[in-house]
Amino acid sequence: MITVQVNGEMVSVDVPPETPLLWVIREQLALTGTKFGCGVALCGACTVHLDGVPIRSCTTSISAASRGAITTIEGVRTASADPVDPVVAAVLHAWERHGVPQCGYCQPGMVMAVVALLRARGAPTDAEIDTALAGHLCRCGSYQRLRAAVHAAAAPLAEG
Amino acid sequence: MKRRTFLLAGLGAGGAVLFGWSVMPPRQRLRTSALLPADGGRVVLNGWVAVDPDDQVTLFLPKSEMGQGIHTALAMVLADELECALAQVQIVHPTIDAIYHNLVVGHDALPFAPDDSGRVQRVATWYTDKLLREIGVMVTGGSTSVRDTWAPLRDAGAMARETLRAAAATTWGAGADACVVRDGAVHCAGRTLRFGEIVQQGTPLAPARQWHWKAPHEFRLIGQSPPRLDAAAKADGRATFGIDVRRPGMLVAAVAMAPTIGGSLRSHNDAPARAITGVRDVVLLRGVNGSAPGIAVIATSWPVARNALDALSLQWEAGPHAELSSAVLLDELRTHATRSGGRVFRREGDAVDRIAAAQTSEGATRTLTADYDVPYLAHTTMEPPNCTVHVHDTGAEVWVGTQVPQQARSAVARVLGIADARVTVHVPYLGGGFGRRLEVDFIGQAAEVARAVSGTPVQVIWSREDDVRHDFYRPACAARLSAALDVTGAVTAFSATVASQEIVRPYGARANALPARFDVRKATVEGLFDQPYMFGSVRVAHRLVSSPVPVGYWRAVGHSHNGFFMECFIDELAALAQVDPIAFRARLLASHPRALAVLQLAAAASGWEQPPAAAADGARIARGVALHRSFGSIVAQVAEVSLSPSRTIRVHRVVCAVDCGLAIHPEGVAQQMESAVVFGLSAALFGEITIEAGRVVQGNFDRYPALRMADTPEVMTHLVPSNAPPEGVGEIGVPPIAPAVANALFALTGMRLRRLPLRLPPLSGAPRTGT
Ligand code: FES
Ligand code: FES
Repeated sequence: MITVQVNGEMVSVDVPPETPLLWVIREQLALTGTKFGCGVALCGACTVHLDGVPIRSCTTSISAASRGAITTIEGVRTASADPVDPVVAAVLHAWERHGVPQCGYCQPGMVMAVVALLRARGAPTDAEIDTALAGHLCRCGSYQRLRAAVHAAAAPLAEG
Repeated sequence: MKRRTFLLAGLGAGGAVLFGWSVMPPRQRLRTSALLPADGGRVVLNGWVAVDPDDQVTLFLPKSEMGQGIHTALAMVLADELECALAQVQIVHPTIDAIYHNLVVGHDALPFAPDDSGRVQRVATWYTDKLLREIGVMVTGGSTSVRDTWAPLRDAGAMARETLRAAAATTWGAGADACVVRDGAVHCAGRTLRFGEIVQQGTPLAPARQWHWKAPHEFRLIGQSPPRLDAAAKADGRATFGIDVRRPGMLVAAVAMAPTIGGSLRSHNDAPARAITGVRDVVLLRGVNGSAPGIAVIATSWPVARNALDALSLQWEAGPHAELSSAVLLDELRTHATRSGGRVFRREGDAVDRIAAAQTSEGATRTLTADYDVPYLAHTTMEPPNCTVHVHDTGAEVWVGTQVPQQARSAVARVLGIADARVTVHVPYLGGGFGRRLEVDFIGQAAEVARAVSGTPVQVIWSREDDVRHDFYRPACAARLSAALDVTGAVTAFSATVASQEIVRPYGARANALPARFDVRKATVEGLFDQPYMFGSVRVAHRLVSSPVPVGYWRAVGHSHNGFFMECFIDELAALAQVDPIAFRARLLASHPRALAVLQLAAAASGWEQPPAAAADGARIARGVALHRSFGSIVAQVAEVSLSPSRTIRVHRVVCAVDCGLAIHPEGVAQQMESAVVFGLSAALFGEITIEAGRVVQGNFDRYPALRMADTPEVMTHLVPSNAPPEGVGEIGVPPIAPAVANALFALTGMRLRRLPLRLPPLSGAPRTGT
């Protein structure tokens, strides 16, 4: 049994220690917002936070993940409701208003990266956005709206 | 809650409100023969629309949402005619029924140019419609969704609106003319009945026999750009894709497929794999619906299943194509493209003779011949192929992101040896389609796997490597284009021969699709024979080259490569004539005002007359233009391109001008242009599947890269205002981007790159500047 903290809860799972965190999240915990895209840290679809830092859950073993606190897109979504996390609320609002998602499959990973970016940097530059999303692929080509949405989400946060 | 269904033929389950179907007018696409869900007082108004007592409007929509925004666009069409709020509309994928058969996809398969309207074409179109209604398919593809359902949805919305209006009028004893339908309710002299209240009354509704479409100036939603219905759920991870389906007791499976094209499994040892904790079964795969033969491991967890594949000691038979090489195949294609003959798709005048005569004449005519080619391409949808199948006592249930639910159903039914009707297909969101999810290989395969553990649902998930190495690739293709120019620079003759494999017939065979009765090779010459340019004489031919490489539909299909060939060649002709590329095209489009307007809009919006400013690092930027007609629409793109100090190709900005008829959701059109530019640029700059010793070399995004954030140009979209019927949007932005960039590179360097992906030759001396 390995115990890991996911979205604020301690959960124990019976899997080999080298099992990628991604599959524990998706299979054992049935949290399907985190996606499988490549399995080898090339696409970013599986991005979650480990102690607030975006990581690739497809190449992070459950034993490594058990040393910190994991947040998935479901944890971030909850944070948008109660109590309202201003960064998450701003990002989700901007995503809808700027029409970022197309097929949507890459989007939870993108949102996880951007939430971490905006928490670290109130108003990122284009170059900082490029760096934060360098490991993320979107085959639908949502990049332009994504960039606009990041700036839009950052604007009220920077003022506040 | 127990689900009930409502039989539209007029027999309702007890308690459901009966709708008088026997008096329905014979509008063929409003009436299903199948069962539609009718829970909790729901009233089904026609085959597309139902109203619930709580005011929810259900749209039965047979179109898969794979990113193109089709759910939002078509919900808008319905809500506008029905006069309800967009937020009231929920979308339900209907059961399979003939009214949902895609008619436009059949029209597009006919070997006629878009300007043809002769008797032969009209008869063929009528015949196709009839045929497709009877034995056609429910398909989301070919940029047909709006074209196909726009009219039936407006009929469905307008008919439902008039039915509800009349019902409210009857309740009040008022005249229907005195009642106004607005905001999901009927209003009359200060009284209001919401749609939900009308269906709650429980009195049978008299179906409207007459209705009219709203005039364009009455539209409330069409032409606006409300937020996509799926945006919020896709941003925060609630949206369910096929891979997210969870069923009680569900197992998962990983597969290993023959690595060599045409290969098979020679031997394996499943005892060590079966001994691994969590492994439930090992299943041999015959290879159905075009999938490669191989083996599957069923387990409680996907990584367990995948690791267990390594314990099987798999030995493969290479099969007959162990020597296969894409480099050799491309050489063969190039040779074929230089030969005469082939199936002629368009012939006007004596183009070949004229070019030959001009080549040998001493006069002022000039000729040009150029050879182009493109490689195989994979789709790499972000969501890898996956399919969940539950084989049970009476049939099977399937959950799969597919563009062809009907083919999915028959694929599963055939593997299981049961009737199609005993298979139910659920279609969740698709994590990308691009044509990959027109295939049913992974669906038939999942049925092969699930059959082994009958009674238990199984989800088969492919790795990215499985996906890249077992795709149905965009065919590699080579073309020779020739033309003659007279003294004035007019194109007196144009000839093109394109050589490639065929797509349609093998697809039809492996997907159990409609046997094609028309010239099935149109998909490989589209984009060359059907463009709006006027030439003195024309010949466009296709030479069929066979190869065991599996090929299929890839976003924009034949247009994806023929747009590149055609538009680069036109640019070459402009340079030969020493005429500006826009002015040269404008002359060829003089008799096609619609295309000319698109070209002129692109020129104006891009500031074509003014030289572009330098890039941030001081590098020179040059522009290139391309125009292409596909799927009923016309797109012109102007790309602004520079080279980095290390001579990497950088695309800074792409200005798109689009005539797609009436734009239902203009921002959605812009979104599709951005999508197409990124998709097309990924192919133009990096995309290449190669085959060595019968095996696909690439496996993941390291060797088959796609465009990323930092390399994405700014895309600006300008629409030609139009009230003409809506045309295709999802693919139309792909064909022009590669030639626009290649033409910009010519303007920048003086070099013609006639092969994709675009690669500048190694530097010998300083790069030449533009001509
Ligand atoms: S699935 Fe982890 S980076 Fe692609
Ligand atoms: S929205 Fe489809 S992959 Fe990004």
